[in-house]
Amino acid sequence: MSTLLEVNDLVVRFYTQEGTVYAVNGVSFDLEEGETLGIVGESGSGKSVSCLALMGLIPSPPGKVESGTVVFEGRDLLTLKPDQMRLIRGKEIAMIFQDPMTSLNPVLTIGTQITESLKLHEGMNTTQSRKRAADLLDLVGIPDAYRRLDDYPHQFSGGMRQRVMIAMGLSCNPKLLIADEPTTALDVTIQAQIIELVKQLKDEFNMAMIWITHDLGVVAGIADRIQVMYGGRIMESGSSHEVFRDSRHPYTVGLLGSLPRLDSSGEEKLTQIEGSPPDMRNEPEGCPFAPRCDVREQLQLEKCWDERPPLETVPDASGAEAHIMSCWADIREGVAENV
Amino acid sequence: MSSPAMVADERKTRDGDDYILEVSNLKKHFPISSGIVFQRQVGAVRAVDGISFNVIRGETLGLVGESGCGKSTTGRTILQLYRPTEGSVKFEGQELSTMAGNDLRQMRRRMQIIFQDPFASLNPRMTVGSIVSEPLQIHKMYANKQERQQYVEQLMERVGLNPYFINRYPHEFSGGQRQRIGIARALALQPSFIVADEPISALDVSIQAQVVNLMEELQDELGLTYLFIAHDLSMVRHICDRVAVMYLGKIVELGPVDEVYDNPQHPYTQALLSAVPVPDPVVEDNRQRIIISGDLPNPANPPTGCNFNTRCPVVFDLCYQEPDPPLIEVRPDHYVSCHRVV
Ligand SMILES: Nc1ncnc2c1ncn2[C@@H]1O[C@H](COP(=O)(O)OP(=O)(O)OP(=O)(O)O)[C@@H](O)[C@H]1O
Ligand SMILES: Nc1ncnc2c1ncn2[C@@H]1O[C@H](COP(=O)(O)OP(=O)(O)O)[C@@H](O)[C@H]1O
Ligand code: SF4
Ligand code: SF4
Ligand SMILES: [Mg+2]
Ligand SMILES: [Mg+2]
Repeated sequence: MSTLLEVNDLVVRFYTQEGTVYAVNGVSFDLEEGETLGIVGESGSGKSVSCLALMGLIPSPPGKVESGTVVFEGRDLLTLKPDQMRLIRGKEIAMIFQDPMTSLNPVLTIGTQITESLKLHEGMNTTQSRKRAADLLDLVGIPDAYRRLDDYPHQFSGGMRQRVMIAMGLSCNPKLLIADEPTTALDVTIQAQIIELVKQLKDEFNMAMIWITHDLGVVAGIADRIQVMYGGRIMESGSSHEVFRDSRHPYTVGLLGSLPRLDSSGEEKLTQIEGSPPDMRNEPEGCPFAPRCDVREQLQLEKCWDERPPLETVPDASGAEAHIMSCWADIREGVAENV
Repeated sequence: MSSPAMVADERKTRDGDDYILEVSNLKKHFPISSGIVFQRQVGAVRAVDGISFNVIRGETLGLVGESGCGKSTTGRTILQLYRPTEGSVKFEGQELSTMAGNDLRQMRRRMQIIFQDPFASLNPRMTVGSIVSEPLQIHKMYANKQERQQYVEQLMERVGLNPYFINRYPHEFSGGQRQRIGIARALALQPSFIVADEPISALDVSIQAQVVNLMEELQDELGLTYLFIAHDLSMVRHICDRVAVMYLGKIVELGPVDEVYDNPQHPYTQALLSAVPVPDPVVEDNRQRIIISGDLPNPANPPTGCNFNTRCPVVFDLCYQEPDPPLIEVRPDHYVSCHRVV
């Protein structure tokens, strides 16, 4: 496998009337061809903004990509001109969002919207593109697909609209599909339908995928790798097994501990993380989790307040260098690095 | 526990528990009208369509199901925020559906509601102090202003808000803190029963546990009874004693949580539970999902026969021919409504 995408030290800020929002503060990650990366984190942790930035979709003003590189198949996307970027979006990298209604145009039929990108990127004519659009709708499980091309978005249910979005995302066989909370607005039984569909299509299309969610359960079954974000930074990243079953970051451990489990009777009290997520209007110094971290408190780690722990690769359970961490403490050893 | 006197009382369960709330054949239909000048009713949304259940004093009863299945309408109709179309709601033995005026106001002191959206449910122009004390003023409690302020500060402290912030406005608080304000307000009149309508759905994951732990502590301390409406089935298992599963305005399964989760009987409950993702890749890799196709039918036009027959993986002819199956007890305290389960 070769590397498809390399994000290096991405920094994104928004200059608003209420002050600067430090949304993404040095995010780096790689994505292999065909790999599925799950990005998890609470509201405001920078999941969406980091992905919008690599698509060149940060609204500016107020937003600005301050620094970083996004290398996709050898090209730095951040240096491309808007019209060059437009050719990559939709064709090589596609994105689907939480609320399909905001990304579907309410006054255009579904057919018009899917064929538009087929005409732009694949040079198809109307007959060809309608045929392909119907095939795509059929593929994502929309019954009576050819006839439904002439329906408008409001004539579909929430789950069906998300299927339509997936069909649009897939229309040009992208190498990378970014899905930002694609099932968050849906009921669990519909979510399960969409997850099954995506799993199946991912293999069929051999795409890489980034799946953004705040629901740790959703990505446990689909992602090869999980990246946990907090306060605009990556806290921990590793195989799904490593992160869920052998978590080493105080934030991940805390988060998993605070979640009740469907498969066990919940007699014990939930362990809660005290405090609340950081206000992103404060310039981040040190570790963003410091105010809430009980490991810092136990180990009396003063440097957590003012020195940013670097993103470092550490050996995973099998000894391979695959677990990435940003923390001054090693909670498995119960020690702090060079305190 | 089961003295003859207790067994004789209708409001006692088999085990001698005391029912704080008894709901029977409750219906709430919302009329659909058409016409601009002459409004005439052309149909009805059968949001709640004949449900019966009891709530035991001191327990937490979970009410789960997909959006639009009628959970919130059930909660509001119980509290008489909506008046029932049909059926009975008895609170501490007294019929609410026919009660009005001052009697109803007095009853309402003992029943409160916490809403899902801590942003929308608090008046942005009122300070925390006035939000929490408003119910006290309405019910003319603590006429002495100083005593009232003291009591409000106590309440704030109890729900984990610094009383120092008593004069701040809702927008100055985080989502979790706003939900604490909502809880303090609900507790002000010292209710015995609280409907919590998705109280944690809008909160960050790391904040949800804080609010749930607070609700559990308050329950132990004050002997509260909760009707906990939620769609997070993992949280429901954690916080609830029993759970009722709703589908299209009806209860399809009801029982103790561990019993229902470990041994679901209704095909819908089985599909619902199997659809919930678990944050553990090993469990996920070995799970058998029951994927049910299609969407929730329109509650204005429910299917004839069993409500679930348009999506049920084990549907058979009886499910179309017979009226909706009744809720019957299949194991002790475990009720199911399905022709396959008898
Ligand atoms: N257009 C904007 N203007 C100002 N601030 C913004 C804008 N978009 C995002 N932000 C801020 O950037 C930070 C990161 O936001 P982002 O949308 O990436 O969060 P997220 O992790 O996707 O959260 P969620 O789970 O709520 O979607 C937040 O503090 C957010 O308020
Ligand atoms: N005030 C109302 N007027 C008309 N229809 C309503 C009203 N409130 C709820 N409904 C409808 O009743 C059904 C049940 O709604 P609700 O009780 O809010 O569901 P839930 O809380 O389970 O998501 C839905 O179809 C909803 O659209
Ligand atoms: S760097 Fe310090 S504050 Fe941050 S997670 Fe590690 S121990 Fe906690
Ligand atoms: S009664 Fe029939 S359709 Fe309804 S849940 Fe049972 S098997 Fe399915
Ligand atoms: Mg987002
Ligand atoms: Mg509701």
